[in-house]
Amino acid sequence: MTSPLTITDLTVEFPTRRKLFTAVDDATLTVEPGEIHGLVGESGAGKSTIGAAIMGLLDKPGRIAAGTIKLGEREISGLDPAAMRALRGKQLSMIFQDPLTSLNPLFTVGEQLVETIEAHLKLSGGAARKRAIELLDRVGIPNPDTRVDQYPHQFSGGMRQRVVIALALCSEPDIIIADEPTTALDVSIQAQILDLIRELARERQVGVILITHDMGVIAETTDRVTVMYDGRIVESGPTAQVLGHPQHEYTRSLIAAVPRPGLKLDRFPQISYGGRETTFKIEDLARDWPAQPRTEGPLLEVRGITKRFLDKGSLIPSRRTYFTAVDEVSFDIRAGEVFGLVGESGSGKSTIARMIAGLYPLDGGEVIFDGTPISEDPEAFRRQVQMIFQDPYSSLNPRHRVDRIVAEPALHLGVIPKENVKARVAELLDRVGLGAEAGLKYPHEFSGGQRQRISIARALATQPRFLICDEPTSALDVSIQAQILNILKDLQEHLGLTMLFISHDLPVVRQMCDRVGVLKGGQLVEVQETGRLFEAPDHPYTKELIRLMPKTDLLSTEGLTG
Amino acid sequence: MTHLPADPETETGLAPSAHRPSRWRAAWDSDIAYSFRHSPVAMVAAFVTALLILSAIFAPLIAPTNPFDPSSLNLMNGFSQPMEPNAFTGDTFLMGTDDQGRDVFSTILYGMRISLFVGAMAVLLAMVLGITLGLIAGYFRGWTDTIIMRIADVQLTFPSILVAMLIFGIARGIIPIQYRDEMAIWVLILAIGLSDWVQFARVVRGATMVERGKEYVQAAQLIGRSPLSIMVGHILPNVLSPVLVIATISLALAIIAEATLSFLGVGAPPTQPSLGTLIRIGQDFLFSGEWWILFFPACTLLALALSVNLLGDWLRDALNPKLN
Amino acid sequence: MVSYILRRVLQSIIVLLVVGLVAFSMFRFVGDPIEQLLGQERTQQDVERLREALGLNDPFIVQYADFLARALQGDFGISYRQSRPVAEILLERLPATLELAFISGFLAVTLGIALGVFTAIRRKGVAANVIMSTSLIGVSLPTFLIGILLIYVFGVQLRWLPTFGRGEVVDLGWWTTGLLTESGLKSLILPAITLGLYQMTLIMRLVRAEMLEVLRQDYIRFARARGLSAKAVNFRHALKNTMVPVITVTGLQLGSIIAFAIITETVFQWPGVGLLFINAVQFVDIPVMAAYLMLISVMFVAINLIVDLLYVWVDPRLRVDGRTA
Repeated sequence: MTSPLTITDLTVEFPTRRKLFTAVDDATLTVEPGEIHGLVGESGAGKSTIGAAIMGLLDKPGRIAAGTIKLGEREISGLDPAAMRALRGKQLSMIFQDPLTSLNPLFTVGEQLVETIEAHLKLSGGAARKRAIELLDRVGIPNPDTRVDQYPHQFSGGMRQRVVIALALCSEPDIIIADEPTTALDVSIQAQILDLIRELARERQVGVILITHDMGVIAETTDRVTVMYDGRIVESGPTAQVLGHPQHEYTRSLIAAVPRPGLKLDRFPQISYGGRETTFKIEDLARDWPAQPRTEGPLLEVRGITKRFLDKGSLIPSRRTYFTAVDEVSFDIRAGEVFGLVGESGSGKSTIARMIAGLYPLDGGEVIFDGTPISEDPEAFRRQVQMIFQDPYSSLNPRHRVDRIVAEPALHLGVIPKENVKARVAELLDRVGLGAEAGLKYPHEFSGGQRQRISIARALATQPRFLICDEPTSALDVSIQAQILNILKDLQEHLGLTMLFISHDLPVVRQMCDRVGVLKGGQLVEVQETGRLFEAPDHPYTKELIRLMPKTDLLSTEGLTG
Repeated sequence: MTHLPADPETETGLAPSAHRPSRWRAAWDSDIAYSFRHSPVAMVAAFVTALLILSAIFAPLIAPTNPFDPSSLNLMNGFSQPMEPNAFTGDTFLMGTDDQGRDVFSTILYGMRISLFVGAMAVLLAMVLGITLGLIAGYFRGWTDTIIMRIADVQLTFPSILVAMLIFGIARGIIPIQYRDEMAIWVLILAIGLSDWVQFARVVRGATMVERGKEYVQAAQLIGRSPLSIMVGHILPNVLSPVLVIATISLALAIIAEATLSFLGVGAPPTQPSLGTLIRIGQDFLFSGEWWILFFPACTLLALALSVNLLGDWLRDALNPKLN
Repeated sequence: MVSYILRRVLQSIIVLLVVGLVAFSMFRFVGDPIEQLLGQERTQQDVERLREALGLNDPFIVQYADFLARALQGDFGISYRQSRPVAEILLERLPATLELAFISGFLAVTLGIALGVFTAIRRKGVAANVIMSTSLIGVSLPTFLIGILLIYVFGVQLRWLPTFGRGEVVDLGWWTTGLLTESGLKSLILPAITLGLYQMTLIMRLVRAEMLEVLRQDYIRFARARGLSAKAVNFRHALKNTMVPVITVTGLQLGSIIAFAIITETVFQWPGVGLLFINAVQFVDIPVMAAYLMLISVMFVAINLIVDLLYVWVDPRLRVDGRTA
């Protein structure tokens, strides 16, 4: 019989040099055997800290300042290290986010399983190995009796996460804490791993705490859900109830910000919680934006572009092998439209964006902008294209001041007179909602969402006609994502910008794009109007992708307008 | 990996910034300054380093005698014990005198000038060379990278002190005999500098490869900035902190390397003695009881190398907070 | 895997060829050999005849090939200073250096790894902190000062141990050893400590840094989260992963033991090849410098090859050819 986990009034503090940071504040929750309990919230909400506190693996200098954690009747917070270690693995297990780094690369999968089994069960040698093979079989690894002797690098990402789950199951624990177990995986693998976790929880009566930022995962997988904000629990209850009829204002704002695949919104509702509203002054921006020249036909034509990367080098050219990342891809983007490219990791979507932007040389084909091949006049193209990048933490040079960052493209390309640059930068920063004084600061003084606004200001400084957005919101929390997507929609509508929008996230694509191309293994398998793609996809691969999207039917639609 | 969140109020709006602290105030308040103010070891090390460097720079003002001015020497003063009046002349010397009657304290001050000059110039040379090649290798990758790093690997196979000796030996062979002593200091700088660039190149290359993959570099490439301006304007400022750590540790190593070469007689000539040369000279008198001729230069060398090393050690930990 | 090793061997050969080129260039361009061999009394005909005899008029590449061919047969020319074949002088002195290097290398590696692991695991402990602080003094103390200090204390003041030379040696025909006599062993103690101490400090600091890095990795966190014992986590998981980078750098450190032997041999007047080399540098005895360079590069390359093989043994990612899905 497995026991429930009860957390009462838990407070976790991180004393830092400047102040005492309370990561978890007075949290109370219970996980029953066989139940999957979702812990959802945006970054910094304290959800991972709860997981680490349960395991006794809080990073220094974190400490449990108040409250209790009980497994069954036994108090487990504040146990000495030896007792805690006996408990870990035995009754508590953990699955980490990244299967690539969770396994020791120098030991075979079998060795790692066997040592864990031997540490916890009264099994040794052959019996432990037999058990290891059974576990591998159970988590769905084909040919377990040969694969048990292989090393982690011989497994793919999804298979490794299965091995990690097998390791977590070794000792038949009561509670498994899964911290973003599928975030590093592609959608199709994610669905399989979540299915496996759900089956195992039922079958073995294990309580699972599933920590995630993804409302879709919560909706599909969990029985109960606890919503956290800024270290506090704001709402907790059965999943269907919390998602369908959220009571707390934060939960409502969070749910409203989730992009739905089935419903195209004009704009995300501006429900914001806990912060002041920042206004994006699109009208001011539109006033002095140059009128878009009329363009007959497509603005951008991509003609059979190909990119190969060296896979295995050799002195002898004939022995070199190449990996074709982009294979003769062709499409057009009409003036004023948002064209989406979707695909799983490795499908070549970001490579295409970089090829069009001129960051990678082409191995074949050509790109034509406004009737002229880019290779004929790259300077002219550079003046009319800008890019918004994925990672707001790496797309701004940390050693440059914000005004210098925003001014650089305009200055270098000479699109505005030198003496006007300063005024233009101040104006732009004001219009993206940061205020002109933001120019005097460095990027690290801003949050992820603010940084993405700086990126947008930088892109707009040259008044481009064509904007490439490479996963512009995938590193952001869902509420910030909603704000940024609204801004991009404004840009497209009021300034008539043409956009190439790259994403792995189908619901986001649904919200943003007029037409969508689907990539698989470097090839374009389908190009379709967005609505039709979601309702009646042609290609079997597209059908599969659409089928595997996390369902959001459970989520409340309050305040959403199509 | 848990991210500490930005303040919730800054997430959507600008934090109310009443007034921005002055640059000096910000520097004083920065994490690195804080770590410095709370590390007694680092403070002592910085004090000793500064004291030694300053006394080397102002040696002509501080030193009681100029050991290289033959007119100030009195052979009668030879082998004076520290702090004891000389039996013949009655002169007293803080750290005694050597066989020629040279004041040991003065020779140390002047010797430190040579040691520090050679060390600093050698590190500068290694740094310029290493940063340049590291940036180029990390930025362009491919064949350029392969060639530069292969050379680095081969050189790394040979310990730097040996490379320095070889360069010194070859340079001596090329330079005509009459210029050998005159050029010795520069040959020494060249030898130590060329033997030490690999460290810098490897670290800069690694950091450059990381930075190069970041999107701010792509943003600069997008608008057609030249590779040179991206390397210098964008990447270089971001790879300097590990360089600073290595430069500090390399300075200690270069000072030791110089002392070692001079001690072996393949470094600074007796006409321009560095600390190593002084120890070489002093070694001859150790067995006959004139310990101070060796002892004080050796202590100075150790103090110099140790304090610079301690600074480097602290700097590495302070710039790499995840270690703690 | 076979192709990996073959590639390594090929690279080693290229390294040796490059070193050979450096050594040959030294011969050819540094200090005119004619000048060295003929002295002041000479005629233009003598010079020409000698140039022809030495092959100095041949194309560069022919001269280089000739040099390599002779080097392979053990012919490194005649020492300018001692007027004896260089190979003979080197062989005579090699055992002294190798014995010294082997003993100190063994000390440095075993103690260095043990202390490094200890200080990494007991990071906050008093003993670890004392060791770490002492090690910083060790790194700041040049080898020659350690040697002088040891000589002064144990040789001059206490008069326990000899301060120079190898003591009595036993001639085995092709090898002279100091390991079989009491005075030989006694003579070895101070030089071995001098040479080993600095390298040990470096290895220890390196092992500690690598181990701390490994202990921060996710798979160590996961191993802890699975409830494995501290012993299994530290000595099975962490230590094996630490060894991958440590093997490389330890290989390099063993190389530098041979180089630092130069210093130790000078301080203790140890009759090895290092002392020979430093004298050659002082007197610009190019054939000896060139031969020494060739000799130790062969040793370095051999050490590196062994390191590469150890690598394959430790890291399975190198053992398997190609990638598996």
